Order: sequence, then structure tokens, then C-alpha cells
Amino acid sequence: MINTMPQFIFLIALILLFIAMILVLIRLYKGPTLYDRVLSTNSFGTHTVLFIGVLGFLSDRPDFLDIALLYALINFVATIAILKFFRYRAIGDVLIKRESKK
Amino acid sequence: MNFLYDITQLIAWALILLGSVMVIIGALGSLRFPDFWSRLHAASVTDSGGVILLLLGMGIHSGFNLITFKLFLIGAFLFITGPTSSHAVANAALVSGAKPSKKNQNETGDEG
Repeated sequence: MINTMPQFIFLIALILLFIAMILVLIRLYKGPTLYDRVLSTNSFGTHTVLFIGVLGFLSDRPDFLDIALLYALINFVATIAILKFFRYRAIGDVLIKRESKK
Repeated sequence: MNFLYDITQLIAWALILLGSVMVIIGALGSLRFPDFWSRLHAASVTDSGGVILLLLGMGIHSGFNLITFKLFLIGAFLFITGPTSSHAVANAALVSGAKPSKKNQNETGDEG
């Protein structure tokens, strides 16, 4: 399967991306605060976009880039939605704002 | 003509390897750094350096066709949304009252 030079380069890039994803997942598991976990989730999404793209180039099917584009869109919306939910405790319209502590 | 093709392929491979190294530097920093704010700084290395270098390398590798346009779309979108989501995370952490740890402050002790 791996018999040309570009495939070798893409395989190295894929392995490095996989190691990076595992490191980010360890931070996602260990993260002491919520914001570490949100940051790790966002970073994991970016890694996944790159991983899908490199995997498509490795297997000579660059049509995977459509899936990568879709994943990038979903990842951004997911990060904003998580942050908004943990700030206002609601995804949609906020009818009752929380009183700020004085 | 063949020589020029070889040169562009070499540039593409170098960019892809450099982008992978940038990505793993960002992941290692976001695992090893002691503070949330420094982890935020490390994670943005992936968003800026790694994404741009990897997508540029793949675009040079594939020539100029529809795939390059898709890579450009992904790159433009990540270029807009990466700093936006980083700013959203930092703003939410700042509003919730997270402060940088004391041992990372400078001599004057200013808290931004």
C-alpha cells in the first residue's frame, strides 16, 4: 500500500496528527476546569479536520475534504453552543438573566 | 517541466512535515503547560501554524483543481473561526473569574 514517496509523507503526517490527538484527549480527560475541556474539544476538532484531509490524500480519495469542511463547520458551532450553554444555562433565547453577585 | 514538478512536490512535502510538527508542538504544549492561559497560547499554535502549513502543503501537492478550492474553503473557514472560538473560550474563562497563576506574573505584579 505504502510504495510511493507522497504516501510515505502523508503516513508520517497522519501518525503525528494521531499522536497529537491522543495528547489533546489526555488534556481533555485531565483538565481541571471546564474551559480547559472546551479548549481541548475545539483543538481536537481542528485536529480531526486535518486528520480527515490527510487520510483522504493518503488513500487517494480527496473527496474526504467535503467531510472535513462539514466537520469544521460543526466544530465551530459546537464550541460556541457549549460556551453559551454553560454561561446562560440555555441554548435558545435567554428569558431570565442570572443576577450577578454583588 | 518535470524538474519544476519535482521542486513543487519537494516544497509540498516539506510544508506538510513542518505543519505536522507544528500540530504536535501545539498538542504537547496544551498538555504540558501549567496554566489555562498558557494552554490557550499553546493551542493557538495548531490553529495558526499547523492548519495553514498543512493545507498549503496539500494544496501544492494536488496541483490546481477543485481539491485546491475545497482546501482553500477549509483554510479560510478555520482562519476565521479558530481565533473566534479561542477568543470566546478566553472571554468565558475571564468572565467566570479564572486568573493567571501567581508564579507566572512579572516583577510588578500587574494583573492585566
